[in-house]
Amino acid sequence: MQNSEINVIFQIKNLQRLFEGLFVTVEIAFISIIIGSILGIIIGLSRTTKSKVVLFINRVYLEAFRIIPTLVWLFIFYFGVTTALNINLSGEVVSIIVFSLWGASEMGDIVRGALESLPKHQIESGKALGLNYIKLYWYVLIPQAIRRMIPGTINLATRMIKTTSLVVLIGVIDVVKIGQQIIESSRFEFPTASFWIYGLIFFLYFIICYPLSKISKNLEKKWND
Amino acid sequence: MNIDWNFIMTSLPLYEKAAYITLKLAFAGIVLSLVIGLVCSVILYFKVKVIDTVVQAYIELSRNTPLLVQIFFLYFGLPKLGLKMSESTCAIIGLAFLGGSYMAEAFRSGIEAVSKTQIESGTSIGLSKIQVVRYVIIPQAFSVSMPSLSANCIFLLKETSILGAISIIDVTNLTKDLIGMYYRTFESLALLVVVYLIMILPFSFILSWLERKVRYAEFGN
Repeated sequence: MQNSEINVIFQIKNLQRLFEGLFVTVEIAFISIIIGSILGIIIGLSRTTKSKVVLFINRVYLEAFRIIPTLVWLFIFYFGVTTALNINLSGEVVSIIVFSLWGASEMGDIVRGALESLPKHQIESGKALGLNYIKLYWYVLIPQAIRRMIPGTINLATRMIKTTSLVVLIGVIDVVKIGQQIIESSRFEFPTASFWIYGLIFFLYFIICYPLSKISKNLEKKWND
Repeated sequence: MNIDWNFIMTSLPLYEKAAYITLKLAFAGIVLSLVIGLVCSVILYFKVKVIDTVVQAYIELSRNTPLLVQIFFLYFGLPKLGLKMSESTCAIIGLAFLGGSYMAEAFRSGIEAVSKTQIESGTSIGLSKIQVVRYVIIPQAFSVSMPSLSANCIFLLKETSILGAISIIDVTNLTKDLIGMYYRTFESLALLVVVYLIMILPFSFILSWLERKVRYAEFGN
C-alpha cells in the first residue's frame, strides 16, 4: 500500500506545480538578496563613520530586526503598513520588502565586520600614499573586505531562502501552499499524501541550501588558513 | 490615529496567556536542544563509528531546512504513518530538532578552541579520557561557545513565532486572530512588538551577563 502511494510525488502534474511554487520561493529570496546586498553595503559603509547619530540609527535598525521575528515583520507590513497608509500590497511585494530590509540589516553587519577586521596599516598606508577617502575605500579596503564577506553572505543567503518558507503564512502561493493544495485534492486517491509531499518539500529545501552552506563552510576554512 | 485603549486593556490577559505558552514551548525546546547538541558534539569529538555519520547527517538535514517545513512534516506527515502527536509535542520536537544542530555546532566550535596543551596536560597528570572531557574540555568549551549558545537561545525563542502554523496560540498567532476578528490592526501589532521586547530583552541581558560570568577560559592563555 504505502509503496504505491509514494507515486503521488511522481505524477508529472504535481511535480511541475511544486517546482513552480519552489520558483516563487526562490525568486522572492533572490530578489531580496540582491536588494539587501546593495542596501547592506551602503549601511555597512555608513557604520564605519564616527558620527554618533548615524551609528545610533544603524544600531536601532539592526537590533529591531534581530529582536522582532521575521514573521512579525511580515505581519507588520502586510496588515499594519497597508492599513496605516491605506494601500494594497500583495503578499509577494510585502515579502520582498521585508526580506530586503532584513537582509540589508544583516548584510550591513557583515560588511562592517569585514571592514573592521582589516589591519589598520592598510588604511594608514593608503592615506600615506595620498589617497582620498573614496579612493581609499574603492582601491584598498573594499577589494580586501569582499573576500572576507563572501562566506557570511552565502550563509545569509541560505538563511533567507529557508526563511522565505514563511511567506505562505501571508498568503503567497509558494511551494508549501501548493503542497497543501495537492494534498487536499488527492486526499481520496492517496491518503498518505501529506507524508510524501511534505517529505519532498523538506528534501527540496535541503538540496537548495546544502550546497550553499557547504560552499560557505569550505571558503571559510580555506581563507582562514 | 486614535488608539483604542479599551481594546488594549481587554486583550492584555490574552497576550499574557499566549506569552506564557510561547515561553513554555521555547524553554522546553531550548533545554532539549542543549542536551541534543551536547550529546551530538561529544559523539563527533570521540568519532564514534557509524553514529557520528548519523549525527553529521542529522546536523546537515536540520540546518538546511526551514522550521516551518519541519513542523508541517511532523504534524501533518507523520500521523499518516501512525505516529500522532499533539500540537505542543510537535512544536517542542520541531524546536529541538532545529536547535539541536545549532547547539551542536556551537559546542563543536568551543571544543575545537580548547588548546591541545590543555588536553595533554590533563592526560599527563593521570586523568582518564572521560575525566579530561568532564573536567578540562567541557568547562573551557562551554565558556568559549557561550556567545553562540545564547544567540541560538534567542533564535529559538524567536522561531516560536511560526508555531501558529500548527494552530498553537502563541503571541503571533493571537495577534493574527485579533486583527481578523476586531480590525484593531495597529493596537494588536503594537502589543505584539511590546510583548516580544518584554520577552527577549531581559532574556538577552541575562544571557550576556552569563557570558561575562563564564569568560574564565580566556584567562591564562
